[in-house]
Amino acid sequence: MSATEHLHHIGPALVLLIGSGVVFSADLVTPRRASLWGLTLVALVGGFLYALWHATSGTSGEALSGAVVVDEFGLFFAFVIIIATFAVVVASRDWADGREQAAEFYALILVSAGSMVLLAQSNDLITIFVALETTSIAQFVLAGIARDNRGAEASLKYLLTGAVSAAILLYGFAFLFGIAGTTSLAGIADFVGTADEGTRLPLMLGFVLVAAGFGFKMALVPFHGWVPDVYQGAPTPVVSFLSVASKAAGFAIVLRVFYTGLGGGGTFISDDWAVMFGVLAAASMVFGNAGALLQTDVKRLLGYSSIAQAGNIGIGLAAVAAGSTIGPAGVLFFIGTYVATNLGAFIAVIAASQRLGSDEIADYAGLIRRSPLIAVILIVCLLSLTGIPPTAGFIAKLYIFNGAIQAGETWLVGLVAVGVVNTGVSAYYYLRWMRTIVMDEPLEAWTFRPAVATQGVMMAAGLAVLVIGLMPTPLISAAQRAAAVLQ
Amino acid sequence: MLTLFLLLPLAGAVLALILPKEREQDAKWIALVFSGLAFAVSILVFVRFDPSVEGYQFVDRFEWIRAGDAGFSVQYALGVDGLSAPLVLLLGLLSVVSVLISFGVELRVKEYFAWLLLLETAVAGVFMSLDLIQFFVFWELELLPMYLLISIWGSGRKEYSAMKFLLYTITGSAFMLVGFLVLGLQAGTFDIAQLTANPPDDALVPLAVIFWAIMLAFLVKLPVFPVHTWLPDAHTDAPTAVSVMLAGVLLKMGGYGILRIALPILPEQAQDFRVVLAALAGFSVIYGAVITLRQQDLKRLVAYSSVSHMGYVLLGVSAMGAVGFSGAALQMFTHGTITGLLFVMVGLIYDRTHTREIGEMSGLIHRMPLIGTVMLLAGLASLGLPGMSGFVAELTTFLGTFDAHPAATIAAIFGVVLSAGYILWMVERIFHGPPTERWAHLPDATAWWERTAMGALVLFILAIGIYPALITEAVESGIAPIAAIVEAGA
Repeated sequence: MSATEHLHHIGPALVLLIGSGVVFSADLVTPRRASLWGLTLVALVGGFLYALWHATSGTSGEALSGAVVVDEFGLFFAFVIIIATFAVVVASRDWADGREQAAEFYALILVSAGSMVLLAQSNDLITIFVALETTSIAQFVLAGIARDNRGAEASLKYLLTGAVSAAILLYGFAFLFGIAGTTSLAGIADFVGTADEGTRLPLMLGFVLVAAGFGFKMALVPFHGWVPDVYQGAPTPVVSFLSVASKAAGFAIVLRVFYTGLGGGGTFISDDWAVMFGVLAAASMVFGNAGALLQTDVKRLLGYSSIAQAGNIGIGLAAVAAGSTIGPAGVLFFIGTYVATNLGAFIAVIAASQRLGSDEIADYAGLIRRSPLIAVILIVCLLSLTGIPPTAGFIAKLYIFNGAIQAGETWLVGLVAVGVVNTGVSAYYYLRWMRTIVMDEPLEAWTFRPAVATQGVMMAAGLAVLVIGLMPTPLISAAQRAAAVLQ
Repeated sequence: MLTLFLLLPLAGAVLALILPKEREQDAKWIALVFSGLAFAVSILVFVRFDPSVEGYQFVDRFEWIRAGDAGFSVQYALGVDGLSAPLVLLLGLLSVVSVLISFGVELRVKEYFAWLLLLETAVAGVFMSLDLIQFFVFWELELLPMYLLISIWGSGRKEYSAMKFLLYTITGSAFMLVGFLVLGLQAGTFDIAQLTANPPDDALVPLAVIFWAIMLAFLVKLPVFPVHTWLPDAHTDAPTAVSVMLAGVLLKMGGYGILRIALPILPEQAQDFRVVLAALAGFSVIYGAVITLRQQDLKRLVAYSSVSHMGYVLLGVSAMGAVGFSGAALQMFTHGTITGLLFVMVGLIYDRTHTREIGEMSGLIHRMPLIGTVMLLAGLASLGLPGMSGFVAELTTFLGTFDAHPAATIAAIFGVVLSAGYILWMVERIFHGPPTERWAHLPDATAWWERTAMGALVLFILAIGIYPALITEAVESGIAPIAAIVEAGA
């Protein structure tokens, strides 16, 4: 394989990373913010087209000595991450244009997104670690980019927890490498397939540490401490990026490491990691929802809600471990719909908070009369987060729960029961917010509407939530194809 | 045709929503036309329904979620049998009535009628679904319009009541979903007919647990003591039309679910717990009736009487035989028309007096003879006077249950006596007694829409009371196969 072919295999990520450099440099020559924004979008479209090229030209297989792989799974996430980033960038224009650090914002987003795309196609512990750290470091800076006190606090908190969790992750990787003697996921899978009971304990130690390290990215309890403060303190566009793209990438890599490396169902340690994710899932749902009940700040509320939603995905991971054949595709489907839903919600919040000048739920009173479009999109997305039909969130939960039941373990039925009860709890705080939007008297009379481009991505997200809810089969097929390559 | 019944109100809702602001009053007419068309379709379905044919009729079916792997294929499948056809008719009727009595609504008119129509679509989906997951989708879909209708257009502690309604229902249905998923995994399908034909004899968790997980949702909806407490609040604070829909068709979703899903799919468990169900039913009847006697609020009185009357439905179910089931199914239909009418009347009275305190009203019959007469008629129907539809249903229920559960049946019959007490006492206090100066200028029901709404319901109540075969034939044809399965499970 020639050098260009190697590079071709990481093409989408490269396009984004190069785009980032171009944006940085362009800042030196042009004072115009609009062109920075445009360049960022061009880079994202370029990355998207490159991924599309991979998908249609049948590019596949490993490259760079097995460090990365081009497969349906990586492409699924490449599309999800790039589309999500595109939407965030489009919606952030008003916010970023008013700041000195616009170029840094755009460029760092591109670095982070590019590393995530790389992360999703990583096939080796070392590539995984490097890609994960690159994306994280960009995010630490992004969290504090507003240069205010809150942002600084958020950024520092994020950095400190991130650094600790990276160390833990690396420690876990070291265990896996020490036992299996290889950093390649396929090699670890081979080892697990033939290993004897004696290696069980060190392996468990390894993957528990790995899960703890990744748990930070996924925002699973008990690694969620940073979430509410960072969500509240960091600028909303950055938070929306963290909550959709970063989360999707985190779950992508967890699924690849655990499902490919440790094997779902049948291996001698699959039950162990099933129980581990089961416990993490239950804790995340319970604590995430309990925390959300008390919030009055929309970003904190969405932060806690994202912890609870991560718990739902955790159920899916437990199902995958327990050998459910529906499970892996269910996780992918859930992530796909969650990205669309949270994007819609966050873009609506970005658009609303720009004008309302506040993130308090109380200030959303009567939003439906002040800005009907934002209100309707927000309501659709909140319904989807609750899991009420006919939105995508309903199908996603159904899919995850059904996968868990299908694994055929009684304790997973119990876990699903915990999940459905939590859905009821979450209905309370999502609906309370919706009630404020629809029923309360507006605090001020003037109306507003977001920029045209923002309206566009917002409507696209809202429509996606409804269309997936009514016709889920295409996304289900895509998720199944992507999941199939992991086994 | 059933898809048409499902889509007509939905189309009306969308049309109403996109009306320009200055023409928002037209939403009323849109709602009337579309619910009227849906009613016409439901009549057509009922008339063309052939009781001699086995199985579901007017079936529309395609695969909605196709996901290759076992156990996750969800159909869009609609159909009616003798059990659901009358309920679809009832839904069509009450929806038109609800729209009519809402003609006076002034607040956010477009949204109001849109939600009312969406509610009809959701309930229609519940009654016609032949797939468990689809059933669940519509079951949940009904929550949102109800929540908004109560909390925006309601009165009193409307937001509290709406949230209580929502949380009760959503918690109940959560466990139902787990039950459905486990059943679906076991059978490899969510198709109700297939599950009924081959009830699973084992599953991941004990079938008894699944039975109660599913029953919980239905018992909350019915509702039965001790999970009934959301109902009086929701009813009291809901606008009139929503009370009509709630009492008339939404409670029936619970009874319908028991007869359609819980019993035929888990007949052995149903048999095992028949005594528990009978005890719950008997207690609900008496408890509901006693609480009703104590009510000072007219609407709360009718609401609590529903708890008592829905106890008959569960009582009929607990007999685990064809006659009891028929009684339960008939009771659902007749209670829908009678209590629907009672809530219409309560709403009309409240519109005029602006109070629901029974103690404040007196001698109203002198001021509003038409309302008084129809209210009396509805009351008599409600307490089971022969010649009206309630009698047929209650008699059938008691005939069906006496052998199986004599104690509970006697308790329930005593409940009828109590209901005669609270109904007659209420009518006496409100309409008779000396006319007072305060109410000297109350108008009677004069608007055409009020009269049409009353008239339609009175017509149904009398017609079925005098000639029950109008619906019993259909109901019995629907009950027979269910009863056969359940009796075989003994």
